[in-house]
Amino acid sequence: MVTPMALDDFDRRLIGATQSGLPLVPRPYEAVGAMLGVSGELVRERLGQWLASGLIRRIGAVPNHYRLGVVANGMTVWDVDDARVDELGAQVGALSGVSHCYRRPRELPRWPYNLFAMLHGRSREEVEAQRLQVRALLGSACRADDVLYSSAILKKTGLRLSGD
Amino acid sequence: MLGLHPRDARLIERLHGDLPLTDHPFAAVGAELGMDEDEVLERLRRLLSQGVLTRFGPLYQIERAGGQFVLAALEVPPERFDAVAQQINALPEVAHNYRREHAFNMWFVLACESAAQTAAALARVAELTGLPVHAFPKEREYFVELRLPIPHAHGDADGPG
Repeated sequence: MVTPMALDDFDRRLIGATQSGLPLVPRPYEAVGAMLGVSGELVRERLGQWLASGLIRRIGAVPNHYRLGVVANGMTVWDVDDARVDELGAQVGALSGVSHCYRRPRELPRWPYNLFAMLHGRSREEVEAQRLQVRALLGSACRADDVLYSSAILKKTGLRLSGD
Repeated sequence: MLGLHPRDARLIERLHGDLPLTDHPFAAVGAELGMDEDEVLERLRRLLSQGVLTRFGPLYQIERAGGQFVLAALEVPPERFDAVAQQINALPEVAHNYRREHAFNMWFVLACESAAQTAAALARVAELTGLPVHAFPKEREYFVELRLPIPHAHGDADGPG
C-alpha cells in the first residue's frame, strides 16, 4: 500500500478546475492558471509531477467506445488459484479488448470468483471469443467462471471531488 | 459503425497518448500530424460536441491521493428493481450503476475520498435498501483502460471534413 499523497488547497482547486476537461484554447494551461490566479508554468509543473507520481494516468482524449462501435461489454469473473492469480491476471490484462482487470475478494459460498476482467467488443460473439481466449490462458488454474452482461446503464458520472 | 474521418481518427489515436506539457500543446500535436493548431482545436471541439469523445483532459487516479473506488453488488427482488435503482443513483458517491444478467443484478461503483467515507456509503446502501450489500473492493489492479485500435486511423484517405 502506497502512502496517499497529501493534497493542499491549490491541488484540490487544480483538480477541480481540470477533472471535467481542459479548455480547448491554444494555451490551455495558461487558461487554467488564469482561473486559479497562478501562472500556466505552475500548472504545467504540477500536472507534470502528478503524471510522474501516477495521480494523473495521462492527459488526453477519452473516446466514447460505444460511438466507435464497441457496443458489447461483459464482466467476466474467474475463480483462479490464489498462488497463480497475480501472474495470470497480468497476462489477462494484456489481452486486447480487456479493460479493467482486478483481483477482488471472494464471497463464499455464492461468489467464488477472485479475478474480474471487463471485456469489450463490437458484438457479444466477439466478447465470447475473447472469453475463450481468457479461458485458454487461465487453463487448469481456473476452477469456474461466469460472464455478466450489462442490460442497462442505470447511472454513469465521472469522479467528482466534493467541496470548493 | 460510425464513419470517422481519417484525420479525426488519427487525432484521436494520437491524443489517446499524452498531450504535451508545453505552452502551445495543440500546435505541437498538430505539427506531428500535419495539422495546424486551429484544425486540431476545431476537430476536438466537434468530436466532443458530437459525443465521439466523452472528455478531454487529465485522467485522475484518485486512489493515489487516498480516494477509493469500490465495486458492490445487490440482489434486488425484480419487483423492487426500479425503486432500488432510484435509491442507489441518488447517492452522490455512486459513480456508475449497471443492471447485469445474474442473481446479483445491480452492480455499482462507489467513488469515495477516504476509507471512512466508503464504509459510511456502504452502510447507507444497506440501511436504505434493507438488502445485504456484497462489496468487492479491489485488492490488486492488473490493467485499466481500454485502448482499442481506432478504426480508419491508418487509412490513406485524406482531405477536408
